[in-house]
Amino acid sequence: MSEAKQKIGGSKRGRSAPGEPMVWFSGMWLAIGILMIVFLLSVILVNGVSVFWPKNVLQIELTDNSKAAWKESKYLAGEVRKTQERQVMDEQGEAIPEIQLFVGNRDVYGFAFQFVDDSDIVKENYPQGILVMERMEYGNMIAYPVKLQLADGRVISAGDEKFHQALTAAVDRGNHRRDKISHIEKGEIGDVNRAMEQHKMELKKGELDGQDVEKIKLAAEQEQADLQEKYEKLAAEATALREQQNEEIFFYRLVTGEERSVSVGFLISFYYPNQLSLFGKLGHFFSRGWSFLVDEPREANTEGGVFPALFGTFVMTLIMCILVVPFGVVAAIYLQEYAKQGLVVRVVRIAVNNLAGVPSIVYGVFGLGFFVYMVGGSIDDLFYPERKPAPTFGTGGLLWASLTMALMTVPVVIVSTEEALSSVTRGMREASLAAGASKWQTIQRIVIPGGLPGIITGMILAMARGAGEVAPLMLVGVVKLAPTLPIDTVAPFVHLERKFMHLGFHIYDLGFQSPDSEAAKPMVFATTLLLIGLVVVLNAAAILVRERLRRKYSSGAF
Amino acid sequence: MNLAKLEPIAMQKENVESLSNTASLSSALLERKNQAPGRPDYIKVSNFSFNYVPAVRVLHNITMDIPEKQVTAFIGPSGCGKTTLLRNFNRMNDLIDGVSQEGKIYVNDQDIYDRDLEVISLRKRIGMVFQKSNPFPKSIYENVVYSLRVSGQKNKEVLDEVAEKSLRSAALWDETKDRLQDSALGLSGGQMQRLCIARAIANRPEILLMDEPCSALDPIATAKIEELISELKQSFTVVIVTHNMQQATRVSDRAAYFYLGKLIEMDDTTQLFSNPSQKETEDYISGRFG
Repeated sequence: MSEAKQKIGGSKRGRSAPGEPMVWFSGMWLAIGILMIVFLLSVILVNGVSVFWPKNVLQIELTDNSKAAWKESKYLAGEVRKTQERQVMDEQGEAIPEIQLFVGNRDVYGFAFQFVDDSDIVKENYPQGILVMERMEYGNMIAYPVKLQLADGRVISAGDEKFHQALTAAVDRGNHRRDKISHIEKGEIGDVNRAMEQHKMELKKGELDGQDVEKIKLAAEQEQADLQEKYEKLAAEATALREQQNEEIFFYRLVTGEERSVSVGFLISFYYPNQLSLFGKLGHFFSRGWSFLVDEPREANTEGGVFPALFGTFVMTLIMCILVVPFGVVAAIYLQEYAKQGLVVRVVRIAVNNLAGVPSIVYGVFGLGFFVYMVGGSIDDLFYPERKPAPTFGTGGLLWASLTMALMTVPVVIVSTEEALSSVTRGMREASLAAGASKWQTIQRIVIPGGLPGIITGMILAMARGAGEVAPLMLVGVVKLAPTLPIDTVAPFVHLERKFMHLGFHIYDLGFQSPDSEAAKPMVFATTLLLIGLVVVLNAAAILVRERLRRKYSSGAF
Repeated sequence: MNLAKLEPIAMQKENVESLSNTASLSSALLERKNQAPGRPDYIKVSNFSFNYVPAVRVLHNITMDIPEKQVTAFIGPSGCGKTTLLRNFNRMNDLIDGVSQEGKIYVNDQDIYDRDLEVISLRKRIGMVFQKSNPFPKSIYENVVYSLRVSGQKNKEVLDEVAEKSLRSAALWDETKDRLQDSALGLSGGQMQRLCIARAIANRPEILLMDEPCSALDPIATAKIEELISELKQSFTVVIVTHNMQQATRVSDRAAYFYLGKLIEMDDTTQLFSNPSQKETEDYISGRFG
């Protein structure tokens, strides 16, 4: 047998079987596809992760007439972000190598990045004492510490061995106070404001309903006065804390020689990049990565964290799933199990398939017109007349965004659910019916559990699409900066009418709408990585559930 | 074959009167049937014809009586309509679009195509075992008690008792009693088919329909199931479709030979196989044809 085979093979030497090249051809395209995906992911991964890695700070001495110099100073210091050749060559047609330095101190220099020709550098070194500080504004500061002036007037110079400890403590105090201020202003004063607003609304509602306005007014005024008093007390507390923030002052010297000072309350964290060991760098890396995840954004989103966007994306995707899965599954059950298969069902199916191909912005416009203006506007008219003309549901919000996304992804769920249901064998259905089950009992107990893995596949596809979408969301509720999270501790806890932030929009906003796109670039990469990570985590969770179900419900083979 | 013929209309009337009380009906029936030789008929088919799509007639004027608590085998070449007839007894053919039928089928003197009859209640009275074993992707226990679950039975004790009794009746209890909560899909082919039998009899149906139950099984598993069928006929009226004539002789009391949608001959199994009255039957059972 094997000899015969060899003979046949031998006689065909030099010629391949018909279609053999197609194997290679089709394989090649798959390989190209995979390669592109791997390349894309690795670019995002490398760039996104390296954002948090503390880079050494290079100090350079420039030639006398270097264009890169700031004013008369011959020194610059910063993190090397790029090593490249200038786009324009010199007169001889030779390439000019250059580096890009992140020099920080945007408040002083007016720029945070500077390109320096290699030929302009006289001397370079990595000074041990140089300090990188994260501040509330103007991005990072890169400078030498000079001294720290404490609230009680004591001064600790940078040479002192207690300096590091004192600075750490001072920065911690500042951070603590900042949290407290934010708690007072956003939390407690927020509560008072809400209560005041509530009274106003009650009054207005009373007027609209034609009740005894004077009586309500009297009661309200008394309470209003109480609230006002409370508010003033809190405001005073916040002001006091703010003043304390300026009591401690940190003095520093730029590499250019200029000495400056900053309130400690303005600082967030600091580190000596050139002194860090590998473990120190790792620690710094994780702490920065963590604060990226849990902090709120600062400075037009280009600094700080992305927590509200992460949270908004997660919550929206979840609500979308809650809306889309039952809707799509029930529709698919009708189409697959109950509807008489004929022309009408065929047309409906084609229509559903085509809906999946409608551009997402169309859904956005529809969501804005139908959900926001029509449905939301009607809800406002009916339930919140006292708040008008300010809209409550009549403006973009979490609910409308989730509904729009659900509408956009429902065809995906219907199609995959139908497929899943039809994969449940006739034998199963007949066995159930023969046991005296009704059609619905058969669907409920046999068909849906059997089709569940496929239904979850549809959900995964819907989630991936919903979480990654930007265009329609811009119309129906996503904003650059939302003051509050859509879920918080204030009753009713889930605020479906609130605007929210979304990672996809965050990326767009950072990369293409921020004033300093160069400064925002690391954040764009990190945010992109996070969005991909979020989608992967959501999908992985769903796949895990699916596999568990598949093991449970896999049809047996003999 | 010379069993008492009932007037269908009179029977229907009687049916309506005593629908709610099947016990008294069957005792009345028993009394009447005692006069006739053999056991009382349980399923009566009279002038029954069946069409898949209006033009394709697969059963022609079948008239037959199936006695109670005996095994009746349907034999015949493929496509002769024996499975179609079997699936009409519990109206499984309703699931197919465009079917139509003429004539009547009575189960325990009740017209199963009566408009007042709920098909679900009919199916609860008739268990069915399919050619390809089709356990649900659930635990062994849940498979057995499925028919009770869909009837709304929630009492754990009742369910446990039924599960054990059914599995014992299906000769599967000893093999599965320690792993009732395991997936039914982990059983062997023969065990799966016996599980399907246990599931079919869990509801204590009156009739057990078996559509080539052994066609996918090895000889040992087949022998087990055949043995089981002989035991089951103590409690149930069994109708079995089979391609295997040895099997028919081994398990059945009566046999019916179908050919091209017609009932050629029906008689006691020994009689049919040893001394068939029709030429076609003889050709088929002697292997000259089919």
